[in-house]
Amino acid sequence: METARLTRYKGLGPALLVVGLGASLVVLCVLSLALGALNVPIDQVVQALFGTPADRTVENVIWSVRVPRTLLGLTAGVALGLSGALMQALTRNPLADPGLLGVTAGASFAIVGSVALLGIGSLLGFIWFALAGALIASVVVYLLAGLGRSGLTPVKLALAGIAVTSLLFSITHAIVLVDPEALNRYRFWSAGSLAGQTGDVVAQILPFVIAGTVLALACAPALNSLALGDDVAASLGRKVGLIRVQGVIAIMLLTGAAVAVIGPVVFIGLVVPHVARVLAQQAGLGPDHRWLLPLSAALAPCLLLTADILGRMLARPAEVQAGILIAFIGGPFFIALVRRRRLAEI
Amino acid sequence: MVPPVSGMVRPRLVAVCLTLTAGTFAAFCWLLSVGDYPITLPEVVQALAGYGDPGNIVVVRELRLPRAAAGLLVGLAFGISGALFQTMARNPMASPDVIGLIQGSGTAVVASIMLGWTGGLATQTIGLAGALATALIVYLLAWKRGTTGYRIILVGIGVSWMCTSATDYLIARGGQFQAQAAVGWLVGNLNGRDWDQVLPLALACVVLIPAALLLGRLLRTLQLGDDVAAGLGTPVQLTRFAIMLTGVGLIAFGTAAGGPIAFVALSAPQIAQRLAGTAWPPTLASGLTGALVVLVSDVVAARLIPEAELPVGIVTGVLGAPVLLWLLIRANRAGSGG
Repeated sequence: METARLTRYKGLGPALLVVGLGASLVVLCVLSLALGALNVPIDQVVQALFGTPADRTVENVIWSVRVPRTLLGLTAGVALGLSGALMQALTRNPLADPGLLGVTAGASFAIVGSVALLGIGSLLGFIWFALAGALIASVVVYLLAGLGRSGLTPVKLALAGIAVTSLLFSITHAIVLVDPEALNRYRFWSAGSLAGQTGDVVAQILPFVIAGTVLALACAPALNSLALGDDVAASLGRKVGLIRVQGVIAIMLLTGAAVAVIGPVVFIGLVVPHVARVLAQQAGLGPDHRWLLPLSAALAPCLLLTADILGRMLARPAEVQAGILIAFIGGPFFIALVRRRRLAEI
Repeated sequence: MVPPVSGMVRPRLVAVCLTLTAGTFAAFCWLLSVGDYPITLPEVVQALAGYGDPGNIVVVRELRLPRAAAGLLVGLAFGISGALFQTMARNPMASPDVIGLIQGSGTAVVASIMLGWTGGLATQTIGLAGALATALIVYLLAWKRGTTGYRIILVGIGVSWMCTSATDYLIARGGQFQAQAAVGWLVGNLNGRDWDQVLPLALACVVLIPAALLLGRLLRTLQLGDDVAAGLGTPVQLTRFAIMLTGVGLIAFGTAAGGPIAFVALSAPQIAQRLAGTAWPPTLASGLTGALVVLVSDVVAARLIPEAELPVGIVTGVLGAPVLLWLLIRANRAGSGG
């Protein structure tokens, strides 16, 4: 009896999960296209997307503002969710967020530096700088953590990340304190927002996100062995060093691309894997990274789009930045989760 | 009659503590000697003791001592508090920077700057109140038939992100001038301290540092896990509450006096642990490391660009990070590598 119910549950749980998440993503995308300073009825949204729209303004708003914004939310969300789950698995630390490798600090430093030292003013210009800064900082962290005779350990990776992060933030703050223009750029970027980006920007970060996603999903099976410890994973025939390099490259690409455009909203990457773990457990899947990674990748855009839509509704016609609302939606949710159960530890 | 007691003397830990004490005293005197009116080190020591040139005595004891004392005490408080939290959670990332106290204090102060309440001791009082209120909220939210170190940390992370976001929102909305003042405070600054600001911190340290050192013993058993600790006779919930109270108090008063000086609470215990070769962050050595890092950073901040009056928080990151990195790289056994 008990076994029978369990098997039935096991078969149904994952299917329900996939359908539920897929449906919420579609609903959120439609809402994201429809709601804002100008509310567009759903039928007109569909018309503007697939047919001949009656109204030029509506068509313009949908195609030049809402579609890039929604696509950006999806892309950045997938990137941050995946890299968060990957980071927690690689460091075996449930407190790790995707900014840990120094990605956020590198991007901040590059933005402030490019404004203060090179006088870069255009948005497209400093996205490339931010991306380069994020990638360089994370390579440096990874190399530093691997130096020394004991090689790379998760704790060394975390501490090296923290050290480089604080070094870069110190310099960033020093520049910001003396350069008002850099401070202005920095404070608006660091609040974190999906607003005001064009389709070009999405197209530019898309290759990075796709490459990162492929790399991340490819190492999912190996992460299950890695969770048992380096030695066990090695004795199971996994090449631990190689998996780690692959994972770190994926994190760099994913987080770097997302953070460069929408700002340092890495909190998503911290919360979402915890939610994914609970959902996987409920569906009878257990802590299997072949499920946890895709689940995180689907949950994160849900959270990001929800925050973005709410931000547009709260202070119309102005907006509250999505990065701020993510903390205020994700934070209480996270706390409730922590209180409700003994969190599934890694 | 004294009952027989037993203990363990760790020669390396003792040596590290003594060296750090000497280094901290040297940095303290060095900080007192630099400035627009340079005084030699022997004269500083004389003036501290109350001898020598009356002019020197005024400059050293009235003008420079408050700032140096603030640096010393803030460093001690941050280092010790960081060691308590990291040991309690058995996680090197679990410093007070992470669990929201500093961010809560920051949000309160930035809000007060945006509202223009900055006169007198207002900033300090608001910073203290913000940190204490955040700590209370975190503890209450983490309470469910008792707390666990892990739950406190996770709840703290949630709260800290909310506070950070609120601060970012305020800074993005505020005017240029206010944003600059807010960032200036958030970096951590010891410029222009006077006795009014140092005294509350000094009183807190007198009470809380001995308490922290005593609690350090109980903390060792807590590190073995709640069940084992209870089996060994440690009152688990009470100990954890006392540790929270001590750690929070030190951080709150430290932040109120010096601002959230970056990186000290997190890195000092890790540096001390690697210097002393212990398996956990040693409480006293962590405090001394923190004090040394803050004092040396303040000397550098004061000397590097004398006109600019760089805030000390910028230098602590730049100085502390390479030290931590070097210790990480140099570690030659898997155990001491962390």
